[in-house]
Amino acid sequence: MELDAIFTASVFASAIRLATPYIFAALGETFAQRSGVLNLGVDGMMLMGAFTGFYAVFITQQDGSLSEPLSLIFGVLIALIVGGLMGLAMAFVSVTLKAKQGISGIGVYLFGLGLSELLFQQWVGTPKSVSGFPRITFPILTDIPVLGEIFFHHNLLVYVAFGLVPISAFILNRTTFGLMIRAVGQNPEAADAMGVSVTKVRYATTTIGGMLAGLAGASLSIALINLFQQNLTAGQGFIAVALVYFGGWRPWAVAAGAMLFSFVNALQLQIKVIGLDVPSEFAVMAPYVITIIALAFASKRQEQPTALTKPYERGE
Amino acid sequence: MIVALALALLVASVLLLALNANPLEAYAAMWEGAAGKENATAETLVKATPILFVGIGITIAFRGGMINIGGEGQMIVGALAGTTVALIMGEMRIPAELAKEKGAFDLLIVTCSLLGGFLAGALYGGLAGFLKAYFDVNEILSTIMLNQIAVQLMNYLLNGILLDPAEAGVNNIPKTARLVTAAQLPRLSLPIGDPQLFARTRLHWGLIIAIVLAVVIYVFLWRTSLGYRIRAVGENQRASSYAGINVKRQMMFSMFLAGGFAGLAGVVQVLGLQYRLQTDGSPAGFTGSAGFNGIVAALFGGLNPIGAIPAAAFFGGLLVGAQKMQRELGVPASLITAVNGLIVIFVVSSEIFILQRSKRRVSLQETPDNLGSAGGKPAERASSDKGSGEGSG
Amino acid sequence: MKKRQLIILVFALAWAAIPSMAQDDAFRVAALMPSAINDLAFSQSMYDGLLAVQAELGEEAFQFDVQDSTYIVDDAAVALRDWAASGDYHLLIAHGSQYGPIVEELAAEFPEVSFAWGTRQDTFGMDNVYSYAAASDEGGYFNGVLAAHLTESRVIGLVGPIEVGDGKLYADGFANGVASVDADIDVNIVFIGSFSDVPLATEAAETHIANGADILTGTAQMVVGPIAAALENDVLWFGSDSSQDELAGDIGVAFQIYKWDVLLLDMISKIGEGDLGGDYYVLTLENEGLVMEFDQDFELSEELQAVAEATIAGIVSGDITPIPMLDDDMADGESMDDDMDDDEEDSED
Repeated sequence: MELDAIFTASVFASAIRLATPYIFAALGETFAQRSGVLNLGVDGMMLMGAFTGFYAVFITQQDGSLSEPLSLIFGVLIALIVGGLMGLAMAFVSVTLKAKQGISGIGVYLFGLGLSELLFQQWVGTPKSVSGFPRITFPILTDIPVLGEIFFHHNLLVYVAFGLVPISAFILNRTTFGLMIRAVGQNPEAADAMGVSVTKVRYATTTIGGMLAGLAGASLSIALINLFQQNLTAGQGFIAVALVYFGGWRPWAVAAGAMLFSFVNALQLQIKVIGLDVPSEFAVMAPYVITIIALAFASKRQEQPTALTKPYERGE
Repeated sequence: MIVALALALLVASVLLLALNANPLEAYAAMWEGAAGKENATAETLVKATPILFVGIGITIAFRGGMINIGGEGQMIVGALAGTTVALIMGEMRIPAELAKEKGAFDLLIVTCSLLGGFLAGALYGGLAGFLKAYFDVNEILSTIMLNQIAVQLMNYLLNGILLDPAEAGVNNIPKTARLVTAAQLPRLSLPIGDPQLFARTRLHWGLIIAIVLAVVIYVFLWRTSLGYRIRAVGENQRASSYAGINVKRQMMFSMFLAGGFAGLAGVVQVLGLQYRLQTDGSPAGFTGSAGFNGIVAALFGGLNPIGAIPAAAFFGGLLVGAQKMQRELGVPASLITAVNGLIVIFVVSSEIFILQRSKRRVSLQETPDNLGSAGGKPAERASSDKGSGEGSG
Repeated sequence: MKKRQLIILVFALAWAAIPSMAQDDAFRVAALMPSAINDLAFSQSMYDGLLAVQAELGEEAFQFDVQDSTYIVDDAAVALRDWAASGDYHLLIAHGSQYGPIVEELAAEFPEVSFAWGTRQDTFGMDNVYSYAAASDEGGYFNGVLAAHLTESRVIGLVGPIEVGDGKLYADGFANGVASVDADIDVNIVFIGSFSDVPLATEAAETHIANGADILTGTAQMVVGPIAAALENDVLWFGSDSSQDELAGDIGVAFQIYKWDVLLLDMISKIGEGDLGGDYYVLTLENEGLVMEFDQDFELSEELQAVAEATIAGIVSGDITPIPMLDDDMADGESMDDDMDDDEEDSED
């Protein structure tokens, strides 16, 4: 089979779109985990961000109270706030109340899954669409053959997601805040002894994680799909958590994992569209299989934050 | 715990009021659905059975320092294998005219398919353990991915070689043929009253198997050297390694057992309840999310197999009662999902208060220190002991 | 004062405890659905059908309860058993082929309760089970014919859930419909492996469009994603199960709509005569259980109108067989009232 029929520019563009929510959510989770908090509730936060962001855009566009760009910005803000609040709640539960993080995360997931659906049914009803972030057409750049289609014809949130990768890496590796995060995740006693508030740092990172999860959800509901339906994320939040492990808690590698996973997913869709005779189920499996294999054979320099999942208690 | 539940119910009441539903009526319906009548109690126990199986397995994994999110996939693989064994042996051992014979029971078929389910789930779980031990693939990642792979495998097989021959054609439903009666787990009734208690319900012997195994695993973990080694690795990999324990092998073994119990949960659902395996394309359609709920039950049970028994029953009741609430009052199912989430959060958050009240009762908070740490090589883990004493004792 | 309130409360509770059937003569139905009642697809079609029956018979004469989003198959057993045991209902509907084995079991245990399940033509040989199906290949064929006339790029994309049941039937019918007009038009078919994964379904639609599709179609509740993608890219959309008119805006063309009320009304009258089951129903264009509805915003040309009418007429008369292989099955199913017990060889499983 001709390879250029499979590896088209549109497959790469598709991979970039698919990767966007994963990158937002997984970067947020990277912050949380680097400071020692395992947030398994990402998917619930994504769903709440997706719904509230969508709803903010939906009502403001319907009654015309905000212009289209403003309503979208409003939607993003709402998603960030709601995600942040859920992150804050997660921080309260796992940092202050020292609840087991795996289990409280599942609680947060169920809560977000249920509440987003409930509110959707009460306030919206059947799926309705909004005018989401439009695809940007850049002068000259979009018209470049191949590259234009791959890189220069996406909506704003896609660029924000990818832009956050170097920013996150910079924050984690080059700033005092990043140093504090890593210290708190690696050796909370030492950090505490040096005057870093373990509690404050973990609250901050978990809240950031929640905000980015909310934004991840909004990237679906007001940018990539432009509508909301029950369980819109279909478990993407869990994949995002897995991708953090894939990337070994390093933003660039996490993003690379998201891209690999999404690329294989885009590829399996393309293979089916052009009618290659592959059993549909095996095609759907491919991204999951390849992600595991890639990690198995990748050279790993990853160092898990030592204090991950462990609540901090000051020694006497 | 009670305060936490009360708080969760309070928040739920506010939500119910916002939906114009009377919270008292709602909770009455929930109680009635979970424990009101004989059948309700039976359904609670039926729902609890797979959760308990998975919970036992999760307990072993967590005690061994492994976070197993793969219960869903392991259930599916176990059900696939166990159902296949039951179908093949049923065809071999039971003449066609006796296939639907009432009251028939063939211990060999049932035992073999339970073992088949256990083994398949165990290998699937063990695969994640193997990947962690020898390829340093984090088990959270691999088990999340393996869940998705298992669903597609099920969709493929049930629409292919395992498809019910009667379903051939364009408009087929992906499901296996029905098991012969002799391959089914008998219904369970208690010799109390007449007709016997639970006689007219779906309660089946899977519950008894699960409870017996919970006790067995308790003894295994705390009274045998193999169990001790699993726990030792979970508590401190480096020290275990110095003590001559093969850490990699123990990690694989605890995931093997965890997967095996999830596999049992899957095959018991088929042998005890559905009598055939079918898929609606999603994992939860078959598993009922028992693979996840089992994690919650295991942790609520204090990572003790015996403790998982009431925890599983509690969750079974919650899930079954919530459905009744939906039917009686027309409360949306989504509200119930949200409230279940709240209960999990509040109960798990309240442990700190339990801990403060009785500092010596450590069992509830006793979590393996290495839970969730990456990497199997003891040398790499050198740094991991520094912070590990915190928070868990 | 307090005492009086208590008495009222006790009285109210006691009143509520009396089986509700004793209170009036309404025909009572309870229905179980796998997804939300407003999913714009399979579950909504049944909910709309129940509403239509209620509108027809009046609220005094017909009442129904619903448990939706019952995607956990075993939960259906709990709900159906609870309903059956309550004795409050004349008819229990299990709306999803995955509930079949549960109905098979419960119907034997509660022979006095009437069950209906679908979509499948199989009553398990029981006298208290009705089964129902939709010849969704007919609407698929119709949509395919129209799509073939409308496509300019000569590429059409279909996004389905898993390759079984109604979704497969629709897809096969659709592909045959396109081929009947022009066998050289490409119909690219993607089954995404899930009924609910909206993001993946959306990207599948995008992939179709990137490969030249200017018309999209699909089934199951995750098609809201492909519809949104069609809107975004301004390509036409053909739907099935329920009307997606409102969501599809001006890109919608035609929708195959399941009118379950047609068969529900028949079932209700039969149950009223003491006939609790044993028959199966197939919604077809002929019996008007399937209705092709054009999107309100779609401007139908006269030429296309003629093609549409001819296609329906052809399917109704039997001149067109949407899926040739299925000929026998569908021919049987076309007459709704025939007792099909004798033909159901697989009902013994």
